[in-house]
Amino acid sequence: MTTISLPSSGRLGLARGAVELRQFLRSREAVGFSLIFPALLLVLLGSIFKDSYGEHSEASAAQVFSASMIAYGIISTAFITMGVGIAADREDGTLKRLRGTPMTVLAYFIGKLTVVAVATVAEVALMLGVGVAVFDMPLPDEPARWLTFAWVLALSIVACTAMGVTASSLVRSSRSAGVVLNVPVVALQFLSGIFVHPITMLPQWMVTIASFFPVKWMGQGFRSVFLPDSMAAHEMTGGWEPGRTALVLGAWCVVGLAACLMTFRWTEDR
Amino acid sequence: MTKTIAVHGLRKAYGDRDAVAGLDLAIDSGEVFALLGPNGAGKTTTVEILEGHRRRTAGEVTVLGVDPGTAGRSWRARIGIVAQSANDLADLTVVEAVRHFATCYPNPRPVGEVVDLVGLTEKATSRVRTLSGGQRRRLDVAVGIVGRPELLFLDEPTTGFDPEARRQFWDLVRLLSAEGTTILLTTHYLEEAEVLADRLAVIAAGRIVAEGTPGSIGGRDAQLATVAWTDGRGQHTERTADPVAFITQRSVESALDNLTVTRPTLEDTYLSLIGEAR
Repeated sequence: MTTISLPSSGRLGLARGAVELRQFLRSREAVGFSLIFPALLLVLLGSIFKDSYGEHSEASAAQVFSASMIAYGIISTAFITMGVGIAADREDGTLKRLRGTPMTVLAYFIGKLTVVAVATVAEVALMLGVGVAVFDMPLPDEPARWLTFAWVLALSIVACTAMGVTASSLVRSSRSAGVVLNVPVVALQFLSGIFVHPITMLPQWMVTIASFFPVKWMGQGFRSVFLPDSMAAHEMTGGWEPGRTALVLGAWCVVGLAACLMTFRWTEDR
Repeated sequence: MTKTIAVHGLRKAYGDRDAVAGLDLAIDSGEVFALLGPNGAGKTTTVEILEGHRRRTAGEVTVLGVDPGTAGRSWRARIGIVAQSANDLADLTVVEAVRHFATCYPNPRPVGEVVDLVGLTEKATSRVRTLSGGQRRRLDVAVGIVGRPELLFLDEPTTGFDPEARRQFWDLVRLLSAEGTTILLTTHYLEEAEVLADRLAVIAAGRIVAEGTPGSIGGRDAQLATVAWTDGRGQHTERTADPVAFITQRSVESALDNLTVTRPTLEDTYLSLIGEAR
């Protein structure tokens, strides 16, 4: 009787993905604003600080914002969406209900990742669109740069999503989650030279702290994709440092995945 | 025969307070068993331990022959849970929600059939967030039974139901029971326990204080009946162990207008049971 074949995690994951996506798309207000907010910030910051790099610079400040703030867009979709989403699932009974069925943890996460992937791709496309359309950011034509874009994007999504899962078990309620999670996110944007740049303008201690977190490296990675190489002079070491970027982001992926495996719980077992 | 639910000396401590303090329970296959008790008596904690949602501090528990503390997916496929107060699924329609949970089980009921069974046919394509409290609860029941569970947990399932919906729900429970489903019901509605349960137990301060059939629990069947009537001289009541003999004898002497015979209701018995436990 117990040998009946249960649906596989793959099949359940697809079902979760479809349901999660449907619910996500139906909460239009939340989705719309969370996607538009980073793009709006980009338009504002880019319009205010247009040409701070001077006439001889090969890229305008607005273009630097356009490249760097892709990092902010990913964090706000992957980290915030995941952190708030799981906190909400814990609070409204989703997790408890699933726990009472043959649903698997893997299938649940496949569902969550589906939403994060769709939202993040949409966000990145929107940010790129604004950068190109409003601030004339040139899209690279060398395949090598797009390859860099692909791995920076992939590592960023994995690291931010994993940290979002971890963060969700630290916040007390979904109502406070949005606010609580945004504090480190926004602080890191300032520390990491995303909202204020070039990063060499920042006090050394800020850069030192930021260097331990992914945001600085994500921003740097995207700048290396979309800005002319002459702009690397404005980085801390005067170079794009792709190796170190990969190393730090890769380490955050590993730490993040380990942390979310250790901290994720179906229910609060008091 | 092995019991569907067998519990011995169950204890659950939160800090230094025992929410469940040495509880024994045995429920047979196919029974409808009601667990009654005031808020904070340990009902939900007990049920959540049986459902595999909570760890226990001590005691032996088997549910469908398996320890719920370590049970896996195939065990979860055999149980159905209607928990208290869920607010999930808000942006799905009724049919989408039921269909989603149907995919979790190896041999689910047809989605349309389940929606009909719980009486949500007219709301099938409505978003869950637009349902009334009682309709929302019926959806919880639909999701709980879509996997054809052998054992169904119903934790205060009819909260927020109007009287008609409650009657429909009772019919559904009888139907599931007739199909052989074992049902563990917790409720605050004593008339619900009385009509549905084969057996029931009253839990107070983390222990079972009485157990039996609805008619006999707490010595209910042995208690005095109250005979009330009116005649030319006004209203009378008499407490007696044998109302039939009393009425037969009395009817010879005088008229017995507006005659009623009442025994203590389940509610009276329940209140005195939990009163004693305090």
